[in-house]
Amino acid sequence: MARAIALPVMKQKKGVPWLYLLPALIIMSIFILYPMINTIGLSFQNADSTASAATTCREGQPCWGVMENYRYALTNELNTESAQTTWESFWISSYGNTIKWLLVMVTGTVGLGLIFAVLVDRIKLESLAKSIIFMPMAISFVGAGVIWKFVYNYGTTQVQTGILNAAITSLGFEPIAWLSKIPLNTFMLIVVGIWMWTGFCMTLLSSAIKGIPEEIIEASRIDGATNFQIFSRIQVPIIAPTIVVVITTMVINVLKLFDIVYVMTGGNFGTNVIATRMYTEMYTNAQYGRGTAIAVILILFIVPFIIMNIRRFTKQEAMR
Amino acid sequence: MTTATLSKPISKPRKRRQPSNLGTSIGIVIILIIWLIPTVGLLVTSFRPISLINTTGWWTALNVNNGPVSAQHPDPNAGYVEKLSTRFTIDNYVDALTGYRGTGTYLDACASGITPLGMKCNITDLVNPRGMGRAFLNSLIVTIPSTILPIVVAMFAAYAFSWMDFKGRYAIFAILVGLQVVPIQMTLVPVLRMFAGMGINGTFPAVWLFHTGFGLPYAIYMLRNSMSSLPKDLFESAYLDGADHWQVFTKIVMPLITPAIASLAIFQFLWVWNDLLVSLVFLGGSKPVMTYQISNMVTSLGAGWHLLTAAAFLSMLLPMIVFFTLQRYFVRGMMAGAVKG
Repeated sequence: MARAIALPVMKQKKGVPWLYLLPALIIMSIFILYPMINTIGLSFQNADSTASAATTCREGQPCWGVMENYRYALTNELNTESAQTTWESFWISSYGNTIKWLLVMVTGTVGLGLIFAVLVDRIKLESLAKSIIFMPMAISFVGAGVIWKFVYNYGTTQVQTGILNAAITSLGFEPIAWLSKIPLNTFMLIVVGIWMWTGFCMTLLSSAIKGIPEEIIEASRIDGATNFQIFSRIQVPIIAPTIVVVITTMVINVLKLFDIVYVMTGGNFGTNVIATRMYTEMYTNAQYGRGTAIAVILILFIVPFIIMNIRRFTKQEAMR
Repeated sequence: MTTATLSKPISKPRKRRQPSNLGTSIGIVIILIIWLIPTVGLLVTSFRPISLINTTGWWTALNVNNGPVSAQHPDPNAGYVEKLSTRFTIDNYVDALTGYRGTGTYLDACASGITPLGMKCNITDLVNPRGMGRAFLNSLIVTIPSTILPIVVAMFAAYAFSWMDFKGRYAIFAILVGLQVVPIQMTLVPVLRMFAGMGINGTFPAVWLFHTGFGLPYAIYMLRNSMSSLPKDLFESAYLDGADHWQVFTKIVMPLITPAIASLAIFQFLWVWNDLLVSLVFLGGSKPVMTYQISNMVTSLGAGWHLLTAAAFLSMLLPMIVFFTLQRYFVRGMMAGAVKG
């Protein structure tokens, strides 16, 4: 609490601050805090929250008692016949897919964002190039879903009206049903995510790169460093803290991702992720217990980032 | 995002570090073309007649002789421009706006005197509940209050967090920083039930309230960052002149943080405009917004590409205008609020 004095504070009547604060605090308590706690409670109850989740257990079936919804959430997608089927079914389950999304989309957006940030720094029309890369951020996921569904369009006739299939058939290959072919389809969805979010990573990384003092770059150039050496040995290490921030932001975004999958495949053909599965259980199947259990699992993944966020804030405040 | 990133200008003029070489430039141009192709394809397709969309690729749109016989110009000797003009149309937009789903086009149907089912062939068809025209209005009705409400509430709270002294000021703010990344999924079920109890599911106030609640942590965080970085002397001299908090808040702080409010407003506006999940859960089909209408066309109605592309482009129109006219504020708001909800 060292910083409480850091800001000058005017004299005030007691209670005045609360007049300014109360509307916000009340609204946030009703719409965020209370529902969060309530969600945890509901995840231990049955579909319409009238009894404990343990009552939904069936005889002869595995049962985790009051944790039954968690058993369902964690194991239902798995085919446990043998070790191999378990492994295979895991990688098309919502968890396996979320891991694919995390690995590919985070490396894709941050990697491309970094490369673009360095490259556009060297050309004349820098701001135009940046606008074009950033533009997809303005579009909704739904709009992007339609755009890319058309790119991936799979024609049953001779003529391919989707540009991707047109391109590969002109090279002599067979057209591919990009969105229903497992496991290719999840990666095709991830491409859409990368297209949308690379601009975001690029902008943050680019402003960090521009913050590096000119002298450092110049000195290393005089010492004979190549462009690539400057990039890998100087620029990247200096902006490492920003890269970490960008990565964590992207991880949080990917974990919550819902719209792309919902619009493009509806979670079918083995493309479900945690967020779409939560929606299906809760809304389509009216299984509140199971839906909330999945939500709790989702937030467990996010809790470390909540803590990190608060830590970072505390550090920043200490430096003010 | 961090305060440090925020306070830095997005791009400042400075000496270029390396001379641009040809290889780099060509590489970038290729990347940019790849980045643009999907959107260009959508835009071009939205202006082509159905018969051509389904039989020829959009990249051949300037070829005036391909496609089925029915799509050919009646006079084979007509000039290029003359032929080209018959191969583009705004029918898709009219059909999408009015929600026409028949086999021909809305304009043809009305011209031939066969009024499409549930339509009147006059201006009121633009607000037909099945069409994107009505969805556009609904999106506006959802978005405007959902942008103004959280910002107004947040301004007061942010002022208190920056310039007032009270117990727990630091702890409450730390919690708020954590709340920023809570996923929407975590709150859907309880709020849905709460709204059901109040009987407001499927009404606009339900989404206004929800977006206000979820917009607050970030809005307060961002406004507090800019308010607390105002110079201390301002407040000291105002205090010496006998001003109270209300006067300082309305006369000094609010005018000074207008740029921050602009960034925040643009961010929140686009966030709500582009949102699907919240509208899907709390509004559904009773008051369809644009994202809902489009996702519905994709997933269950199986609408043709001519409608989908036009509808998608209509929904992108406003964000695009905002993006290209207010880019600076837009980028700043986006950068700072990327982890929200």
